[in-house]
Amino acid sequence: MLSLYELFANDYTLRVVALGSAILSIISGALGTYAVLRKQSLLGDAVSHAAFPGICLVFLLTGLKNTESFLFGAFISGWIAAILIRTCVNNTPIKLDSALGIILSSFFGVGLIIITYIQKIPNSNQAGLDKFIFGQASTLLIEDIKIMTLLGAAAVFIVIVFWKEFKLFCFDKEFGNTMGFPIKVLDILLTTTIVIAIIIGLQTVGVILMSVMLVAPATAARQWTDKLWLMMIIASVFGAISGVSGTIISSLAKNIPTGPMIVIIISMITFISIIFAPKNGLLWKNIRRPLKTDSNIRLKGGS
Amino acid sequence: MKEYALEIHDLTVAYNEVPVLWDIELEIPHGILIAIVGPNGAGKSTLIKTALQLVKPMSGSISFFGKKYKQKRKKIGYVPQRGSVDWDFPTDVLDVVMMGRYGQLGWFKRPTKKDKELALEAIDRVGMMPFIHRQINQLSGGQQQRVFLARALVQDADIYFMDEPFQGIDAKTEKSIVKVLQNLRDRNKTVVVVHHDLTTVSEYFDWVTLLNTSIIATGPVNEIFTEENVFKTYNKNKSTLLR
Repeated sequence: MLSLYELFANDYTLRVVALGSAILSIISGALGTYAVLRKQSLLGDAVSHAAFPGICLVFLLTGLKNTESFLFGAFISGWIAAILIRTCVNNTPIKLDSALGIILSSFFGVGLIIITYIQKIPNSNQAGLDKFIFGQASTLLIEDIKIMTLLGAAAVFIVIVFWKEFKLFCFDKEFGNTMGFPIKVLDILLTTTIVIAIIIGLQTVGVILMSVMLVAPATAARQWTDKLWLMMIIASVFGAISGVSGTIISSLAKNIPTGPMIVIIISMITFISIIFAPKNGLLWKNIRRPLKTDSNIRLKGGS
Repeated sequence: MKEYALEIHDLTVAYNEVPVLWDIELEIPHGILIAIVGPNGAGKSTLIKTALQLVKPMSGSISFFGKKYKQKRKKIGYVPQRGSVDWDFPTDVLDVVMMGRYGQLGWFKRPTKKDKELALEAIDRVGMMPFIHRQINQLSGGQQQRVFLARALVQDADIYFMDEPFQGIDAKTEKSIVKVLQNLRDRNKTVVVVHHDLTTVSEYFDWVTLLNTSIIATGPVNEIFTEENVFKTYNKNKSTLLR
């Protein structure tokens, strides 16, 4: 443990990167809970890919290379994609999976075209744009952390303020609508918050792997609890564990990229949860199966 | 002038140009228990969803107690079809029933002790007291339905819409739910139920609306629920199916 402390104490970059990874994982764990419960897990995949052209376009138009403008571009194009998906599903016969597929690929394609164009411009200082594709945690600066914290705090604030509304919306949106909580308003608000959570992670984890950060912690957490608030907290904790430990492992070993390491750890946590979690885990279910013939089974589960 | 609990005029609803409800005229008085009956695809669920503004009509007007929907929203209760939600959602019985209070609470306000008391009262009325902290995915179909009913009860509405509350539940639960509905009626509430089983219409309900895209007949069960009207409602469907 002391050596771990020393590791952190002596390595400024490690501290910054670990902090950034933790923040992104906590926020995406929390917001991913809603995405998973709404059966929109792949929304994260579509939005993160769709954020890419925004990043490229901002650079193309402004030539700026700071985090704020990248995140702004990512947010705008990710948000437009999310709204387009919503519009498709609500107003056309296109189903969610098709809409996700179409939007994801077409936006990402536009991004690849723009980045190819940028790379051909002589003397343009384009290096680093492609870090958003796979993510590059080591490029995180303390300024980036500040922006991530600010955005993350905004997302958490929205979740707390609209706690009861979001819960109702995710469980039974039509019933909520009849009580004066319009589906459209809550859908756009929640989706916007999820988009914020996604763009926070892009620099570290990259557009390709970002969806896991949204889906895996929530899926793992669901195995351990039957309460929404606890599910969200556990998802954030799992996220934080994977964020920090992934950073440490990749700093100890040479040539292990941070983002993918975080993803592998959270995937392992999810895998373990699905099998070993009490009550909901596969192992437990199999052990308890013979009991199902018992008419008392309903009294044994729950609470 | 008589004021109706629900008044619908000239209502037409279409999905992708195909009319689902056609020229609906419906006046439902206070304090009755009314069934909406008709074949599959007759537009029964659509009718109550349109009344609740969940489906947008092409034309027509709907009023509750002589007022617009928005003004009366807090006095309108709803029990959706049980299958319309994901019962694996991480929540328990008490929490779901509490959701019925959200409408009265409005935005941002958290439920209070009083809301919890009302929720427990409603849970008691549907006989779910032993299960208040039970996970909703561990409930039987009948128990889930009773949870939904309790959630509507805490809405403290004057008119209730229920979409197939007897679907997939056992006879005993059905009887107990009917009792709750009749009790609501006795307290001068209006209860509108989308119903499937023709054999129980006379036993359970005061009024009936026979529906097959348009309204065939509406009125007291003993006057309206005739063989001729039932034939008209269901036969027409047969011919549309064969078309």
